[in-house]
Amino acid sequence: MKELVVISGKGGTGKTSIVASFASLLTNKVMVDCDVDAANLHLLLSPKIEERHQFYSLPKAMINSEKCNGCGLCEDTCRFEAIKESTINPLGCEGCAVCSHICPENAIEMVDTVAGEWFKSNTTYGPLVHARLGAAQENSGKLVTMVRSQAAETAKKLGYDYIITDGPPGIGCPVIASIGGASLSLIITEPSLSGIHDLERIIDLSEFFGVPAMVCVNRWDICPENTEQIKKICRQRKIPFAGQIAYDNMVMLAAARGKPVMELNSRIIDEIIQVWEKVFEVLCPNMKV
Amino acid sequence: MITIASGKGGTGKTTVASCLAMSARQTVQFLDCDVEEPNAHIFLKPRLTREEAVSQDIPNVDRNKCSFCGQCAEICMFNALAVLADEVLTFPELCHSCGGCWTLCPEKAITTTRREIGLIKSGSAENIHFTQGELQVGTATSPPIIKAMKETIQKNSLVIIDAPPGTSCPVVETMEGSDFVLLVTEPTAMGLNDLAIALQVVRVLDIPCGVIINRGTDVYSKVETFCRENNLPVLMKIAVDRAIAEAYAMGIPAVEAKPELREDFRKVLNHIKGVTAGERTCCH
Ligand code: SF4
Ligand code: SF4
Repeated sequence: MKELVVISGKGGTGKTSIVASFASLLTNKVMVDCDVDAANLHLLLSPKIEERHQFYSLPKAMINSEKCNGCGLCEDTCRFEAIKESTINPLGCEGCAVCSHICPENAIEMVDTVAGEWFKSNTTYGPLVHARLGAAQENSGKLVTMVRSQAAETAKKLGYDYIITDGPPGIGCPVIASIGGASLSLIITEPSLSGIHDLERIIDLSEFFGVPAMVCVNRWDICPENTEQIKKICRQRKIPFAGQIAYDNMVMLAAARGKPVMELNSRIIDEIIQVWEKVFEVLCPNMKV
Repeated sequence: MITIASGKGGTGKTTVASCLAMSARQTVQFLDCDVEEPNAHIFLKPRLTREEAVSQDIPNVDRNKCSFCGQCAEICMFNALAVLADEVLTFPELCHSCGGCWTLCPEKAITTTRREIGLIKSGSAENIHFTQGELQVGTATSPPIIKAMKETIQKNSLVIIDAPPGTSCPVVETMEGSDFVLLVTEPTAMGLNDLAIALQVVRVLDIPCGVIINRGTDVYSKVETFCRENNLPVLMKIAVDRAIAEAYAMGIPAVEAKPELREDFRKVLNHIKGVTAGERTCCH
């Protein structure tokens, strides 16, 4: 099984639009939205939800006020400053459970909390596994791991060979959980100074986890000089360049209508197909698109 | 203290934050808390003169004292320790520095060492005191860096914070203690989806807030309907404009590409000052 994960140093580079477009170009694949903080792929693929499951994060501490003698030991011990006057601030609690071990009265219990939901859905383009993390919940890394393994299972069950993952932005825990063990990461960047700045960090991250990377520049014509600069970085770092896609207002329109841009009459469709072919060649060197 | 946030990246958060700072008529403390990808320096162009490492306590096991009982691994909720027959493995990148293992080890075999997880850089540009955090590549936890940055805040000054994208721990850490949250969104289904999630976080934290709609077009007015229904004031609309996108690409702030925007940003600042001074009603 081959897993392509599409990532970007920062959000808003058009990652989700590109993933949705790829979805319309390959048949036997399962799609995953690993951007569980702000899942968006479903907005372009209009999924029919078939299974819905709750996701539990690490249990959070709760103080039983009847048992508590107010000694304050827990407050002194908590390194996250989540306890004040024998009350726990659930937003500060990281679920480490140290307070529950240390409490002499056994007054602290760790209680399961629902942190979000994950779904198995069907779309016109194939199965989609996605999730929604509750507001202000932590542990998105764990939820990412969960949706990824569910996608792998679904693909196995259906006998599909590919997984396409819409990754989260950034370089923190959700991305780390998204790329470990993937076959290839496609980095989408834009030709801005900040885009270039982020690109180097996300290439470092891919290398750190030993995942081969490719780079695609979106909206390249916003600043052709910077696009050249990005190509140069790719050459220097020996990262294959997957291609470039022009700026097109149709992408905004497609997003407003909730469709992959491939279904509209857009001048960038050919460019997207070319990028896809390059990516597929690296993903499966022995096969033709 | 104003935090600029959005459910996800790329909506123009950094643009808005830097334009606000550049439009203010007073000294501003600017914190770029998007420690995974700090970008505001590209627009504000501060001279960075100071650099400070942020580190975290991690366990250090003394093999001579350890009895390999395995308690530490059992206590650790983050799987940062594994106890074998005659060896204790630590995985520093998973450690949350909760202190459980070294507090509770029955043999007192665990002490702490420091592990560097990132940097805080600071400097200034005209009337802006600038600070940014940088997470070390391969490190998962940004909240400790954000916390350390917020400790540099001086009371009574105007503070503008560029928040990380998303709605989970780093964002909550950033927003906490703010007087106002400015949510930046764009008028698409995705923008609306993210705005709704970000709003939930703001409501959980109970902070007054308002919205700036970036890249406005007429095709999609659902965002405005949503704001009206949720009593969320729309403080400014920035029309979709390729010139702004091109300026952005070159690291030129929108207020320099379009100086007329400066007045609009000042109005936003004044509105926020009014709300935080209790003169105007806010979103709840
Ligand atoms: S709890 Fe202490 S003695 Fe037991 S395995 Fe861990 S370090 Fe060794
Ligand atoms: S400090 Fe906490 S998170 Fe870190 S290894 Fe010890 S028990 Fe685990």
